Amino acid sequence: MRFLFEPGLFSNAPVQTAFVLGGVTAAVSAIVGVFTVVRGQSFAGHALTDVATTGGSGSFLLGISPLLGFIGAGVIGAGAMELAGVQRRRGRDVATGIVLGAATGLAALFLYLDTTRSATTGVTQQILFGSIFTVDPGTIPVVVVLSVVTLALIAWMYRPLLLSSLSSELASARGVGVRRVSLLFMLTLAISVGLSSVAIGSVLSTALLIGPAAASLRLTRNLRRAFVYAGVLGVLATWLGIVFAYDSYYWDPSSRGLPVSFFIVSIVFLAYLVSGLGVVRRFVARRDDRRVRPSSVAEVV
Amino acid sequence: MFSGFMVNAWLVATIVALVAGVVGFFVVLRGSAFQAHAIPNGAFAGAAGANLIGVNPLIGLGVFSLGAALGIARLSRRGRSDVVTALALMMMLALGAAFISQSTQYEPQIFSLLFGEILGVSSSQVAPVAVLGAVCVVAVAILYRRLLMTSIAPEIAAARGLRPERVEMAFLVVIACSTTMTVPVVGALLIFSLMIGPPAAARSFSNRPDVAMLGSVVIALFTVWAALASSYTTNWPVGFYVGVFSAAWFGLGRTYAHLRRTRGAMRRRIPSA
Repeated sequence: MRFLFEPGLFSNAPVQTAFVLGGVTAAVSAIVGVFTVVRGQSFAGHALTDVATTGGSGSFLLGISPLLGFIGAGVIGAGAMELAGVQRRRGRDVATGIVLGAATGLAALFLYLDTTRSATTGVTQQILFGSIFTVDPGTIPVVVVLSVVTLALIAWMYRPLLLSSLSSELASARGVGVRRVSLLFMLTLAISVGLSSVAIGSVLSTALLIGPAAASLRLTRNLRRAFVYAGVLGVLATWLGIVFAYDSYYWDPSSRGLPVSFFIVSIVFLAYLVSGLGVVRRFVARRDDRRVRPSSVAEVV
Repeated sequence: MFSGFMVNAWLVATIVALVAGVVGFFVVLRGSAFQAHAIPNGAFAGAAGANLIGVNPLIGLGVFSLGAALGIARLSRRGRSDVVTALALMMMLALGAAFISQSTQYEPQIFSLLFGEILGVSSSQVAPVAVLGAVCVVAVAILYRRLLMTSIAPEIAAARGLRPERVEMAFLVVIACSTTMTVPVVGALLIFSLMIGPPAAARSFSNRPDVAMLGSVVIALFTVWAALASSYTTNWPVGFYVGVFSAAWFGLGRTYAHLRRTRGAMRRRIPSA
């Protein structure tokens, strides 16, 4: 074990914070991510991180808390996408792209004003990439509370959301307000994504939203099982990535170490590629069959 | 406003608008907005890597944007294309973060790659942008019928023996080509906004593909010219104006389409009443 866990790993305060924050956000992202992938809204999920980042750069300017900036901008962005027509599958990517383009334009302005008004260096990089190791441990309670809120929202609208994600015609025939469910899901996605961008950075936010969910949906057609696989995969990838990043400072005495986002994204990406291999899919499918009665997403409905 | 260094800015902006208008028309028609966002954005990691090993950043940009286009096209055959695009983009950004962590002074360059330095374009940069832009426009002209057919009538395209995944790969390479040269000059964000807003607006104004493409180019030209002039007078970044103006055009197009629909419905209702 010594070669995996370098000395002082678990007694290091920033690392402890990273384990807690990373684990919580990875689990929540994975759950929300399963719905995001099933609904085909990966682009919106990614665009909202960039929109949230715009809020983050604006918050430096307005002097409000970054968390408020990230989540506020995300919620406004989700509303704008809904207004531009993100709920229809056709033209959805254009609606998302328009909001993304406008938001990044604003980000250009905010970052320009940030760097000209205050001479803080590293702002651009910090906002764009974030780092799980520099997070203030005081944000843990806020992140945990908002994560619980996100999961509660998902649990509350679980069945209508599932139904309208799989077939909007069927859902409206059964009296589900598809438009309202769609808006509510976008808001939940915005909160979740804003939260993870501020806690673990915008690159990791999308990777942990889409990667584990997509990999697990390739492995099983049972949705409940997909939630479990995605959650476990997301949390494991995050924790392993943190360990590797910490260790990488010791690999070469002269090096500065490698960023944690690099390790986590690599693990998630690899997991996605492996999940597409026929051998792996058949292996998981066989184990699934042994444990539970074969059931598919369609049967869950 | 039209002298000295600004001449190059006007020239490059015009070329970029022409290319974005033409390529963007198909980006909107085919629903490739995510890919058009991911390829230029992820390509900046290539510039960071080239910076680290001491080669020309343009080579890094070219390699990464081409690699992204081919990788996304290849992986999309077996997985969902939006998922693949998201993961490919994240992998490239994570590599970029790794490259940056190994070099010391990069921040101003990140900013200029994402947001562009159109006001700092040198005369030697104009010709390569023009050549690559011409290549992209010619490529779209050659692919025109195939792109149109596979996006509007996939069944007919299949019946004629067109292979949609080949066309898709060729189109992603065109996107990669149009972004490689333009990213260091105008930034990844500006080119993306130009590829979405003006073409989407033009499609609301006309249903005919040739008219809509022409409209897309004209609107893109107006957008960059207005953005450049505004940026010159206020000193704020060009990317901000391009992003906001593009979104405004989209809103205008949607309003026009909505008005036409409701008035058409009213006109139809009157005789029957």
